[in-house]
Formats: sequence, C-alpha cells, structure tokens
Amino acid sequence: MDIIIIGLLLGGTYALMAMGLQLQYGVARIMNLANGEILVCGAFGAIWFFTASKMSPIYALIFVVPIAFVVNWAIYQVMMLPLVKRAKNQGQLEVDSILATFGLSFIFIGILLAVFGGEFLTYSYLATPFLIFGEPYALNRIAAFLGSVALCAGLYVWLHWTRAGLTLRAIAVNPAAAGLVSINVPRASALAFALGGAVTAAGGVLLSMFLTFDASLGVIFTLKALVIVIMGGVSDVRGAILAAFILGLTETAVATLVDPGLTLAAAYVLFIAILLVRPEGLFGRRST
Amino acid sequence: MTGGEKRNLIISVLVFLVAALLPLVNNGYWLSIGVSVAMYTVLATSWTLFSGPTNYIALSTAAFFGIGMYIVAAFLDWAPYPVLVLIAGIVGALFAAVIGLATLRIAGVYFVIFTLGLAELVRQIVAWMQHVMGTSSGLYVLISMTDPILYWLLLGLSAIVFLVGWWIGRSRLGFALRIIGNDEVVAEHSGISTARAKVVLFIISSAFASLTGALVAPRWSYVEPTIAFSPFLSFQVVIMALLGGVHRLWGPLLGVIPFTLLWELISANFPAQTTLLLGVAFLLIVYFIPHGVIGLIEDMIRHRHGMLGSVVSTLQRWKSGNA
Amino acid sequence: MPSPSSADVALTVTEVFKRFGGLVAVDGMSFALAENEVLGLIGPNGSGKTTMMNLISGALKPSSGRIQLYGDKISGAPANEIAQKGVARTFQIVRMLPSLTVIENVAAGGVFGHQKRWGAELHDHAHGLLRRVGLENVDDVPVTSLTYIDQKRVELARALASDPKVLLLDEWLAGLNPTELKTGIALIERLRAEGRTIIIVEHVMDAIRSLCDRCVVMNSGAKIAEGTPQEVLADSEVIRAYLGDADA
Repeated sequence: MDIIIIGLLLGGTYALMAMGLQLQYGVARIMNLANGEILVCGAFGAIWFFTASKMSPIYALIFVVPIAFVVNWAIYQVMMLPLVKRAKNQGQLEVDSILATFGLSFIFIGILLAVFGGEFLTYSYLATPFLIFGEPYALNRIAAFLGSVALCAGLYVWLHWTRAGLTLRAIAVNPAAAGLVSINVPRASALAFALGGAVTAAGGVLLSMFLTFDASLGVIFTLKALVIVIMGGVSDVRGAILAAFILGLTETAVATLVDPGLTLAAAYVLFIAILLVRPEGLFGRRST
Repeated sequence: MTGGEKRNLIISVLVFLVAALLPLVNNGYWLSIGVSVAMYTVLATSWTLFSGPTNYIALSTAAFFGIGMYIVAAFLDWAPYPVLVLIAGIVGALFAAVIGLATLRIAGVYFVIFTLGLAELVRQIVAWMQHVMGTSSGLYVLISMTDPILYWLLLGLSAIVFLVGWWIGRSRLGFALRIIGNDEVVAEHSGISTARAKVVLFIISSAFASLTGALVAPRWSYVEPTIAFSPFLSFQVVIMALLGGVHRLWGPLLGVIPFTLLWELISANFPAQTTLLLGVAFLLIVYFIPHGVIGLIEDMIRHRHGMLGSVVSTLQRWKSGNA
Repeated sequence: MPSPSSADVALTVTEVFKRFGGLVAVDGMSFALAENEVLGLIGPNGSGKTTMMNLISGALKPSSGRIQLYGDKISGAPANEIAQKGVARTFQIVRMLPSLTVIENVAAGGVFGHQKRWGAELHDHAHGLLRRVGLENVDDVPVTSLTYIDQKRVELARALASDPKVLLLDEWLAGLNPTELKTGIALIERLRAEGRTIIIVEHVMDAIRSLCDRCVVMNSGAKIAEGTPQEVLADSEVIRAYLGDADA
C-alpha cells in the first residue's frame, strides 16, 4: 500500500517533467539531452528561493517558469535553429541536436557548480505527516503531486482547447504538412521548445520539495523523462502520464524492496522491457 | 597491397616507433601526458570505429572503461593481472553484446539514450553489490606499474586498434558499414543484416574501452564507483573524436593530441571551471568544425588544388582502381 | 486464365493482406510468377502496387497471407534474408549511396546478397554490369555526378549484381524523357531475352505492352484482372478502374 501511494505521488510529479520533454522532442523535434539539467536548475532556483525567503517554494514558480521559458526560447533560436537549417534530413538533425544538447548539459552543470558548488542541497518544507488510509505520508510529496496535477491539467487543456495548442499538436503529427497550412513552424517549434523547458523547470521546483539535488544529477532525470516518453509514445500526453505512474510505481517498489540506490536500474528495466516488447510505446501506433 | 597502402603502412610503423621512444627522452611530465594521449587515442579511435560509420553516438565509454577498471581492482587477490585484463576485455564484449542486441535493432536515438545513463546505472549496481556483499566501496590496486611500462602497453593497444580498424576498412564488414552509413534501406535490400553489423562493431569498440580501463587501473591505485564510472570520460572521448574527425581512421588522433594538451592547460589554470569550459569547447566544435580537423585539412587541400587537384585525384583513383 | 504449373513457379503470393491502422492497402492479393516470366503489376495511383512490391522484398511485413520463393516461405522474413534468398529490387525514387563511387554502388549489391563475390571477382563483375547497362568510363566517378537516367542504370546494375532469382522493378521507367524511355525499354528487353524473372510496376503502357508476358491489375489493394496485356487492357473493369465509372 505504501509503495502504491508513494509511487503514484512520485509518478504524478514525473508526469510534468515528461510532458516538458514531450513538447521538446515530440513537437520541436529536438532530442534535448540537457533536459535534466534544466530540471536541476529549476530545483536549485527553488532551493535558493526557499533558503533566502522562507516562503513556500511554490512561489518560486513565479520566477523560475518565465526565466526557463526565455532561456529555452533563446537556446532554440541561437543553438537549435542553425542546426535545423543546416540539417539535410531528420537523421542529421537528430545527431547534431544530440551532440549540441549534450555539450549544453555540461555547460549547465559547469554553471551550477560555479554558482552553488558541488554539494548536495535540500531544504525542509511541509515535512509533516499527512494521513491517507490511516497511514502517514509526507505532506510535501502530496503538495508536489497536486501542483503537478494542476499544471498537467492546465497544459492538457491548453493543448486541446486553444488555437496555439492545436498548432503545436499539428506540428507534432506532421511538420511539413503543418507548414503547408500556413503554420509558422519555426516559430511554433521555438514556442514548444521554450514551453517544454519551462514545464521541465517547473517539474524541478516541485521535485525539490522532497528530493535532494546536486549539480550532476541532471542525467538521471533526463533518462527518466526519456524512458517515460518512449514508453508513453512520443506525441501522446495520456500515454506519458500513464507511463510516468508506471515509472513512479516501479521505482518506489525497487527502492523499498531492494535498495534505494537502484532507482535508475528501475528505469532501465522498464526501458529494456519496452524496447523488447513494444518499441512504439504503450499507445503508439505500430508503424511499419 | 597497393603502393599507397604500403607507403601508409611504413609511415605508421615509423610514427609508432618514434612514439615508443618517448619514455627514453622524458620520464616525468611529458611521459604522463604521453600516457594520457595513448589512453585517449585507444578510446577515441575505438569509439570512432563504431560511431563514425553508423552515426550512432555512443555515450557509454565510461561504463565500459569503469567495468574494466573494476574487474582488475576487485579480483586482484584472486587472479594475476594479465589474466584480469583479458577477462575485462571479454566481460566488456559480452556486456556490449547484450546491450547491442537489445538496442541496436531499432532507431538510433533509443541507443543514444540508453548509453547516456549506462555509466550511472553500472555505478549504482556496483555500489549496491558492494553494499550487499559488505565490502568497502573503495578498492586499492596495488601493483607496481611504472609509467614507461604503462605507456608502452597503451601504445601497443592503440597499435592493435589501428590494425583492427585498418582490417575492418578492407573487409566485407567495413564495406557493409559504409553502405549502412549511406542508406540503411539499400543496405537491408542488398542482403546486409544491418543490426548484426552494428552489434559486432559495438562489441569491438566497447571491448577496447574495457581493456583500456583494466590497463590503467594500476595508475589510479585507489578505485571507487564514482571515480571509475565518471560520465566525464564519455564526454571527453566524444569531443576528442569529433575534434579530430570521425571519417578517417587517423582522424581522432588529430583531436586527442591538441585536446589532451588543452585539457592540461585548463585543469591547471581553471580547476573550478573545467566542466563549463569543456562544454563550451564541445559546442564550438559541433558548430564550427563539424567535420573535424581532418575535414578542415581536406577542405584546404581541395581549395588549393582547385579543379586541377580533383582531376588529378580522380585519375589517381582510376589508376589504383585498375591496379 | 493461364496459370503457371507448380514445377517452374518462381514466386507465389497467396491471400496477402496489408493493413495500416484502418486502411487496407493490400486486400487479399494472390498471384504467381513463373520462371523466366516478366509480369506487369499495374493499376491506378494508390492501388497498392508499391506496397505489394514492399511486401515481396521484405521492406514491409504482410498482416496475413503467404509469399513463397520457389516454395520457400519468405513473407515475414527481414529484407536482408529475402535479398539473400534471391529477390533484388530497384526503388520507386532512385536510391544512390552518395559517398560511394559508381562501381562501389554496383558492387554493394553483389557482396551480401544471393550470389556473393569479393575482391577482383567482384570488381570485374560490377564493371561488366556497368557496361551491360550502358555505362562506360565512369567506374570511379562519384555517383552523385551522374544524370538521373544514369543513376537509374546504376541502381539496375546494383540489383543485378547478386544474380537474383526474381527482380523487382518499381517504376524504373518513371521520370525518363522519350529518348531515355526507348533506351530504358530496350535495356529491360535485353534482361527479358536473357530469361530473367521480373515483376514490373509501371505506368508507361507502351512498356507494359512490349515487355510483359502477363499482367496483374490492382485497384484499391485487390486484384481485379489478370491475363496478357491485350486482355487486361481491354477488360471493362480495368478501364473503369483507370478512367472512372462515367465511361463504363
């Protein structure tokens, strides 16, 4: 029971970070290996804010999200657009963007190390127990979960009920065809990339409420987000949410039953299972 | 063997012989740089054997290197060092085979993602096993290994890498890889099992990384998971190979030498900013020298010779083709 | 309808379906190809011809049904195994290996396929094939410097390089001007005279009439007619499929 509830709470928070990557990879077609570092930046922003002001880290979203949006928009315009333009095909763009964002991830780590040092950072917020079915759970996990659910729901509604959201979904399906119906693909891709980065950073803020962070942790979150997106399908929000819960549950089960140090192994086990059984994802249509 | 190949072989042998003289000239700072250069030459060249023709960016060097190092560190009390080095190569190859079979049949991006966290995964598993077995996480590698010996061993290993690369280039496997790199659909329809070719190359490339890790383990003398599986190594190897150029066997070497020297400068003068500066260097290479130093040199030659040069080289190729 | 007897049957397609989600691209196709026969696979655009070719070559796997090469089941096998068993093809849009020379492009077809060659033997074989398709003195030129029809020749030579039992030509004549078309038809005619077993997907009716022993006509993924070119082109259902109901 413990495992299920903690797993679901964790999975709900993971869903947000996966949606960020989905916007960047599914819509903007950039495989961003620096995704986890953006998340860690968000978390460090929240840690710094809480330590300095003693106010709820939720308020950190007010400045973390816009900053992440602008930074990611700039990354797309300055770094990704030249690659998109010089790429002869999707494969070339994939290789180039992987290399560029891989380099970028080390720049982020370098900046974080320079500003915050290499220590593990954490803070204690809402570390009070809250009873669910008579069992106590940390209130900060529940708050993070609720925050994530609210943001995911908002994003889902925005994607499905607004014109801008429809534009992004159209590009996710077919960028060339979207261009033909006079969608400004480069601008919408930049928007998707920026929004994805903002969502990822928001995920970092929420995760910082109950996890400990250090500057080099980004790769783990990149990997988890990628596993979720691969499992759920590259352009399917429902798939990603379900996959996030599966990862949250598996990880909690491994951490509780085997060893808390093996969380990445849990992600890899799911990864291999997906690759061997359904490479197109849980909801992905079997392409031929 | 054509005249050009004979000439290249003689030049290569001479370069190796000259390189082998280094410990006799200098036994201090420059030898330790030489050890690093030899180590990165093996790693970057073997990385390129796989990632160059296939365009699959392997970020797993650190994982295989760490496995090699750990095998030596953990079992030194049970088996002699040379046997452990051999075992390290075999274990690396087997591990690569498993990963390759699981990930190389499908899109390249999955493979990249898989290798991205591999070093961290293996580190977690090793730390957990040590925890379960109750051994301490740090291990001492107490073998006396002087720098000249280590240097010669690594130089020998790099000679083997070059020989293997040269052999692959002439073999059916090498031809298959060139076809795969051009068009995988045509490759499949020409009867090539693209998955098998990639797995074989990945095994060869990874086994060299494990062998290197095993060879240099004594130099570290103290090994623990965070040191052995540092993701930094994968990063350095990719950056050096890209700097040199991945479309020629000799390409990575042209990246390894300047980068090792630059790295020495950076870590001596800006020890706190190494990660940041390396990230910047990496981006500069990706954006401004996409074909590496070798690409720059080839462009320069092409420009200087202009049309005449291309006619001459075409004629030369005709001649060698008919020979 | 003349059906080849089982002794000299090269390829049989039995009740093959291919579905993409809700779309049925190939709808229960059955036909046979005799040894030394040139079979035309024709039909309007979008009728499933290229999908059928992809199913035979292994680029796609059928949803159900069976394809056999000399009695040996090949449906469901990966493309590289089917190539090794003796099926070679050209592509609707020509596919060159841009960083390889002309002769290497041809040699690529002769190393890993049905008949495997290497070294000097491969070089001579590829050189001979280039001459056969009408390309001389371009062996060591970059393949990207060739004209479109010459690239098509290279692709044909590459397909022939493994001495395939069955050759699939997917709109090999498409995109050629009238002069080139004549050359192209003459080239396939020579292959036919050599006794090769070929399936041709083609829109050029002159080519169908002069080259094919038999035709299978597809519409909306299903076979609607089969027979000699004269027979099927006179068939009212075939005319309706090409021109629409108004003419019927």
